[in-house]
Amino acid sequence: MTDVKKYTHKDMASDQEVRWCPGCDDYVILRAVQKALPEIGRKKEDIVFISGIGCSSRFPYYMNTYGMHTIHGRAAAVATGVKLANPKLSVWVVTGDGDALAIGGNHTIHAIRRNVDMNIILFNNEIYGLTKGQFSPTSLLGQKTKTSPFGNTQPPFNPAELALGANSRFFARISGNKPKELTAIFVQAESFKGTSFIEVLQNCVIFNDGAFDLFNSKETRADNQVFVEHGKKMLFGAELNKGLRLKGLELEVVTIGEDGITEEDILTHDAKNPNPTLHFMLARMSNPIVTGVIRAVEEMSFDERFVNQVEERIKLSKGITFDDLVNAGETYMLD
Amino acid sequence: MDTKLSNISSNEIGSVVVRFAGDSGDGMQLTGTQFADTSALMGNDIATFPNYPSEIRAPQGSIYGVSGFQVQIASEIISTPGDDLDMLVAMNPAALKTNLRDLAPGKMLVLDTDAFSRKNLKKAGYDTNPLEDGSLESYRVIAAPITSLTKAALLDLGMQAKAMDRSKNMFTLGMIYWIYGRDMKHTIDFFKRKFKNKEIIIEANTRALKAGNVYAENLELIATTYQVRPAKLKKGKYRIIMGNQATAWGFIAAANKAEKELFLGSYPITPASDILHELVKHPEFKVKSFQAEDEIAGVASTIGASFAGDLAITTTSGPGLALKGEAIGLAMIMEMPIVIVDVQRGGPSTGMPTKTEQSDLLQAMYGRNGESPVIVLAASSPSDCFDMAFEAARLALEHMTPVILMTDGYIANGSEPWLIKKLSELPEITPRTVRKDPEGWSPYIRDKDSLAREWAYPGMEGFEHRVGGLEKNMETGNVNMDPNNHEAMVKIRAEKVKRVENYIPELEVEGAQEGELLVVGWGGTYGALHTAVMSMAGQGKSVGLAHFKYINPMPKNTAEVFTRFKKIVVCELNEGQFVKILRGEFPEHKYFKYNKVQGLPFTGSELIARYDLLMNSEVTV
Repeated sequence: MTDVKKYTHKDMASDQEVRWCPGCDDYVILRAVQKALPEIGRKKEDIVFISGIGCSSRFPYYMNTYGMHTIHGRAAAVATGVKLANPKLSVWVVTGDGDALAIGGNHTIHAIRRNVDMNIILFNNEIYGLTKGQFSPTSLLGQKTKTSPFGNTQPPFNPAELALGANSRFFARISGNKPKELTAIFVQAESFKGTSFIEVLQNCVIFNDGAFDLFNSKETRADNQVFVEHGKKMLFGAELNKGLRLKGLELEVVTIGEDGITEEDILTHDAKNPNPTLHFMLARMSNPIVTGVIRAVEEMSFDERFVNQVEERIKLSKGITFDDLVNAGETYMLD
Repeated sequence: MDTKLSNISSNEIGSVVVRFAGDSGDGMQLTGTQFADTSALMGNDIATFPNYPSEIRAPQGSIYGVSGFQVQIASEIISTPGDDLDMLVAMNPAALKTNLRDLAPGKMLVLDTDAFSRKNLKKAGYDTNPLEDGSLESYRVIAAPITSLTKAALLDLGMQAKAMDRSKNMFTLGMIYWIYGRDMKHTIDFFKRKFKNKEIIIEANTRALKAGNVYAENLELIATTYQVRPAKLKKGKYRIIMGNQATAWGFIAAANKAEKELFLGSYPITPASDILHELVKHPEFKVKSFQAEDEIAGVASTIGASFAGDLAITTTSGPGLALKGEAIGLAMIMEMPIVIVDVQRGGPSTGMPTKTEQSDLLQAMYGRNGESPVIVLAASSPSDCFDMAFEAARLALEHMTPVILMTDGYIANGSEPWLIKKLSELPEITPRTVRKDPEGWSPYIRDKDSLAREWAYPGMEGFEHRVGGLEKNMETGNVNMDPNNHEAMVKIRAEKVKRVENYIPELEVEGAQEGELLVVGWGGTYGALHTAVMSMAGQGKSVGLAHFKYINPMPKNTAEVFTRFKKIVVCELNEGQFVKILRGEFPEHKYFKYNKVQGLPFTGSELIARYDLLMNSEVTV
């Protein structure tokens, strides 16, 4: 793509005033996307952002690309139509935990299982923001919200389990307050052929402030979050002396230098292993949580299969016309 | 019973209506289709009406497993599969039980005596055998042991008994071909194509067909044979077309004309699925058919494809239209060109999926939140589905709005001869694609006449823009919640749809052009209304027909047409939905209404009876 002009993040910003609450992680994610796009080597007019409904879904209005702010829960289905109509486009879905996992759960799992080549960014803040503070399908058991004043009685989804259960080929999880890591993950997601599902742990400063503090704050992050990278040891901790190893059918945290543990004992991350068992185990960990690209197994995308079939039939049909169609088979003359 | 006549005389008659009824596994649809196709090839006009159960394979011999296929063949132009049966073919007691009420005394009844076992009689709810209890005496019964005769004909082929049974429908068809003087060649050719490389099946069916034919010829029970002369259809090249197939082809033609790729986002639903089945077969025309995870994803993907620049359509039936409502509202406020086809069926809720009705009209007109008018069209016959699908696509692409096209189970599954159209004969379609320089462009700049906005899509440099479901500034298209702007936008969007009246044909009146009674209908009832009105007009009665294919907006001359008649009767297969709209739009007129909600089409005779009553009475609304 030599003819693509060099963009900066400013080229990606529309003239609309950004209207999220001050301090919201959404600003960080928006900026990270705007910084990632100049790196993907695509023309601005070939990029499309599709969103549903919710705070995050205002996102397309702030992008100087093509964009559509659709209806609640349907972004993934709309985006599938965009991609099938024009598979050359770079298609992004911006959605939230209510939009993608409650009202739009069906479209989310089907987009993932089909493996449409697009990037789904899930802004998971474990709460409903735009409707002002009701629990969401990722809110914790016991969590007090406007619709659960005595504590939430509905057990949550783990978005990673849902995605992997739908045969997600690319799943990443990342903190909403780490701009560089976000940008890097978005660039990786775009270069991956197929559905890239990225769960961003996004803090809602108004209705669920501090939900991810343990994993996201500077003070506690190092000891409570394992950032995995393909081919590298699963190490974490302020001193990078802790790691994950397999014990039976469980993952356990061990410390190098204790009980004879050496770096050799620590698992090496293989995001490309088609067997998702270990990816599930990583995704299920709650303390520490695992971030980074947990799974990235390439397989032909749905849109490619779809387009190949159409093109194959066009080739076989040898320039058939509409008039051929209506005159084929049984016809008869009346005179 | 008329069983003693031995003279064989050949009568020439204008039309014949035959209904084939049997178990849903008996192959009645195929038998009826062969009878219709053969007759069309012999120059008759034909109209068919399949009436099948919603169970795929209901228990054998049961009442609810009965499948029917009605055919009218005629030497004149016809518009319906006929009201009054000349012949009923009943392959078992259940088929007899459920269909006999539609057969007038004196008409022909063909029965397979082998099927009248005690078990089958019980399943059909007969206490005594109607073959023996005298209850069929008023009919001209042709009772033959069809199953055993078929087996006898196939005996030396070495087939299993069950496999031989399957040819009994062809034995029956052979009998009927002889009665109505049909040529067997077409059907034998059909076997050769259909069962290519299965020699034994071709042989079995051919033998059964011929055996039935010879049996009928030799059988002195059949006293009168009929010949139906060719109809005076317009000269040209024809094919038999079904409504759903015509709809699918109309969109292929429209995409071709508009130089667009066709995208279909759909979820299977009776009776609309055949449009999807047809379009999936044609990727060679750059048709992209996507079977979605649900109805909502069907329309949502359609909106996505439209945003990306395709001619994008979705197909459904009543319950699916309900699910699509919110998304249609989105397409409406974004002013995206999409077409939604609603093949109506009996409602409410799941209702009667395989039966016809016109009860989705108000849903199509008003079934969305907010002020959200869209174009609503309705096709009037199986072949008209082609024209109206083409028209729906044209109006969507040229006026930048969703269009709902209403058909129904009756015309969708019905078939008739179609004078094949050439692509070059069809009207041009000019999508509202942006052509100008992007400088100063915004997505909601409008054409001053049609008020349609311009269409720019991803891949077009310099036209990057955002659209969405939020209210937008009337000039820039940016999100805007200003009260006056909102009111202005609501009015502009409505006015845009209203002005489509300047781009559609005027309402035509058939029969009397003015006078006593104006019959008003819309959509798939055209055949029955036309037959009734023309028959009365032919007798010099002052009756005219105004049939609507454009529901929103209505043709510009509608009010003027209404003033030419003393009485107006609005006939619909619902409880009175179009009449409600007319009463709101043209309150200066009084409207009678005639409604039927039985899951069945109108019959000409019931319409004529009602019109006579209305014309001869002083009743007012």
